[in-house]
Amino acid sequence: MLDQVLNILDRIPKIPIANPVSDFTDWIEETFSFFFEPVKEHFGPFLEDVSGLLQQIPPLIVMIIVAVLAFFLTGKRFGLATFSVIGLIFIYNQELWPQLMDTFTLVVVSSFFAVIIGIPVGIVMSKSNIVQNMVTPILDLMQTMPAFVYLIPTAAFFSIGMLPGVFASLIFAMPPTIRLTNLGIRQVSVELVEASEAFGSTFYQRLFKVELPMAKKTIMAGINQTVMLSLSMVVIASMIGAPGLGREVIRSLQRADVGTGFVAGMGIVILAIIIDRFTQNLNRQKGENA
Amino acid sequence: MPVIKVEKLTKVFGKRPKEALKLLEEGYSKDEILKKTGNTVGVNRATFEVNEGEIFVIMGLSGSGKSTLIRLINRLIEPTSGNIFVDGKNLSKMSKEELRQIRREKLSMVFQRFALFPFRTVLENAEYGLEIQGMDKEERKKKAKDALELVGLGGYIDQYPSQLSGGMQQRVGLARALANDPEVLLMDEAFSALDPLIRKEMQDELLDLQERMKKTILFITHDLDEALRIGDRIALMKDGSIVQIGTPEEILVNPANEYVEKFVEDVDRSKVLTAEHIMKRPETINIEKHGPGVALERMREEGLSSIYVVDRQRNLKGYITADAALDAKKKGIKDLTEILSTDVPQVSLDTSMQEIFNLIHDSPVPVAVVEGGKLRGIIIRGSVIAALAGSEVNLENA
Ligand SMILES: Nc1ncnc2c1ncn2[C@@H]1O[C@H](COP(=O)(O)OP(=O)(O)O)[C@@H](O)[C@H]1O
Ligand SMILES: [Mg+2]
Repeated sequence: MLDQVLNILDRIPKIPIANPVSDFTDWIEETFSFFFEPVKEHFGPFLEDVSGLLQQIPPLIVMIIVAVLAFFLTGKRFGLATFSVIGLIFIYNQELWPQLMDTFTLVVVSSFFAVIIGIPVGIVMSKSNIVQNMVTPILDLMQTMPAFVYLIPTAAFFSIGMLPGVFASLIFAMPPTIRLTNLGIRQVSVELVEASEAFGSTFYQRLFKVELPMAKKTIMAGINQTVMLSLSMVVIASMIGAPGLGREVIRSLQRADVGTGFVAGMGIVILAIIIDRFTQNLNRQKGENA
Repeated sequence: MPVIKVEKLTKVFGKRPKEALKLLEEGYSKDEILKKTGNTVGVNRATFEVNEGEIFVIMGLSGSGKSTLIRLINRLIEPTSGNIFVDGKNLSKMSKEELRQIRREKLSMVFQRFALFPFRTVLENAEYGLEIQGMDKEERKKKAKDALELVGLGGYIDQYPSQLSGGMQQRVGLARALANDPEVLLMDEAFSALDPLIRKEMQDELLDLQERMKKTILFITHDLDEALRIGDRIALMKDGSIVQIGTPEEILVNPANEYVEKFVEDVDRSKVLTAEHIMKRPETINIEKHGPGVALERMREEGLSSIYVVDRQRNLKGYITADAALDAKKKGIKDLTEILSTDVPQVSLDTSMQEIFNLIHDSPVPVAVVEGGKLRGIIIRGSVIAALAGSEVNLENA
C-alpha cells in the first residue's frame, strides 16, 4: 500500500519535450533555410578569408602595431606594450600563430555583431518598461543556459566551422552589452534629461546628444564584458568545429595531452589579458573629460 | 497681455487622477486625498498671471509643489487639468512639435543643481539650445559666447563644468538659458545650491540682467529673503495651492492667512526691509548741463523743496535747496557748484530700516541711497514710517 503511494511519481508518463524541441529545431531549419543558406554560403567563407588575411600579415608587423597601439592607449606607458609583445612572441614560438588569428577573428566578428545588435536593443529596452520586462528573462536564459545546449541547434543551422562559433558566441556574449546599455541610459540623471527636453530636443537629439554620451562609460564596460565572454565561448565553440586556440585545447583533451593543452590554454589567457586591457583603456581614454 | 497665464492648473501624481480631481473640487485636502486614494496632489488649481518684464517669485516650503508647478508650465510634466497660456497660446492643447517650438523660442529653464552636460565644455553647454535648433556652428558659437560674456564667464569657455565652482556652474546654466534669447526664464531654485555670499551676488546679477534685458522671469525659491530681494510679485504656495499673491510689501504687511504669517513671522520686518525696498526713483538735475533756473523749474514741477545733483554718470554731487537756487538766480550765478550743499545724509542699498529711521529723523532733505558713488534712489520720511507702522500693526495681530 505504502509502496504504491510512494511510486505515484513513476505513474506519471514522461512528458514529451525533447522530441517536440527537436521537431521545432528541424522546422526552424527548414522554414528559415532561405536565411541560413545564404549566410552559410557567403558569410562562412568570408570569415575564413578574414582570418586568412590576418595570417598573411607578417607576425612581426602585427606585434609592432599592437605595441604602438598599447603604448598610446595607456597614456605612453610601456607596461601593456611590453606584455603584449612578449605574449605574442610566446604564442608565435609555440607555433600557435594561425590558431591565434582564427580565435581573434572569431572574437572580433562576434563581438562586433553583439555590439551592433546589442546597443540598439539596449536603447529600446531603456525606453520601454514593457520591452525591458520582456527582454530581461530572455537575457537571463541566454546567459544561464549551458552553452552546449544551443551549440547543437546552432550546428544544425550553420553546419560546422567558424560560422556556428561566431553565432554561438554572439548569443552568449550579447547580454552584457544590452543590459549595460539599458542601465546606462536609465541612470542618466532626471535633471539632465529634463534639461535636454526643456530646450526642445527631439527624441533622437536627446538620445545622441545627452543620453548616449552620458551612458558611454557604462556601455563601454558592457562591451568589455561582451568581448571577454565571446573569447571564453571560443573554446566551447571548438566542439562544433570552430578553429583556433580552443580547438587545440579540445584536441589535447581528447588525447589526454596535458602539455599541449596547457600551452594552448596559456595562449588564450594571453589573448584575454591583451584584449581586456585594450578595451578597458579605450574606455578610460574616452571618458576622461567626463 | 500677460506673458504667462495659468488657469486652474492641477497635477495629481498617481494611478487614479480623475478621482482625486473630483475630491479636490469637493474641497478635500491634499492629505485626505492621499489617504483616500493614494494619489499625491502636486499642484492644486493654481491660477496666476505673469506680466512682461516682471520677476514673479513662487515661494513655499519643500514639497509644496513649486517644482511641479514650474515644470507644468513648459510641460515637462503633463497637467492633469487646467490651462497654460504663453503669449496667449494654449500650451496644454499643443502637439509635441508645437510644444518643442515654444520650448526652443520662448521658454528657457535654469535648474537647481545646474544640470550641465559634463562631457561638454562651457561653450558647448551654452550652445546646446541653439545647436538642437540646427543653427550653424559659427552663429551659435557667437551667440553662446555673447551669453557667457554677459554672465562674466568669457574667459572660461574651454573649461569643463567640473572644473568650475558652483556659482560659476550656475552662471553657465544661466548663459545656456540666455543664449536662446527666450522671452521667459524659468528658474527652479536656481540659487538654492549656492552658499549665501555667492547667492546674494547671483541675485544682484540677475536683477542687473533683468534691468538690461527685460526678460520675464519665473523664479522659484523656498527662501523668503531671496523672494523679497528679487521678486516684483510673490506667490506663496502651500500643499499645492497658491495661498497669496502680492508684492513683497503686501506679503509682509498683510499676510493673507496664518500660513503666510508663520512664514514671515520669524523675520523681523524692520530688518528685512532695507533701503532698497522703500527707496523711490530720485528727481535729479545734472551739474554739467543745468543751472539754477532748471533746478528751480524742476522743483516747482515736482513740488519739492530740494533736489539732488548728479553728473553724467549719476555720481552723487550733493543737493541744492529751493531757497538757494532762487537766491542764485537773483544774483545771476550760473554755476551750480557755488550753491551746492554736500552734507548729504547717505545710506547704502542694504541699510536696515532701523538705521534709516534714526538718520531720517533730523534730516532736512530725503536720504540718498548710494552704491559705488552713484545715486540709486531716495527715501522720504513718509515711506519709512509707513513700513514700520505696518510691521507694528501686524506684530500686534500675531
Ligand atoms: N514624480 C512624482 N511622483 C509622485 N509624486 C510626486 C512626484 N513629483 C513630486 N511629487 C509630489 O508632489 C509634491 C510637490 O513636490 P515638488 O513640486 O517637488 O515640491 P517642491 O518643489 O515645492 O519641493 C510633493 O508631495 C511630492 O512628493
Ligand atoms: Mg523643488
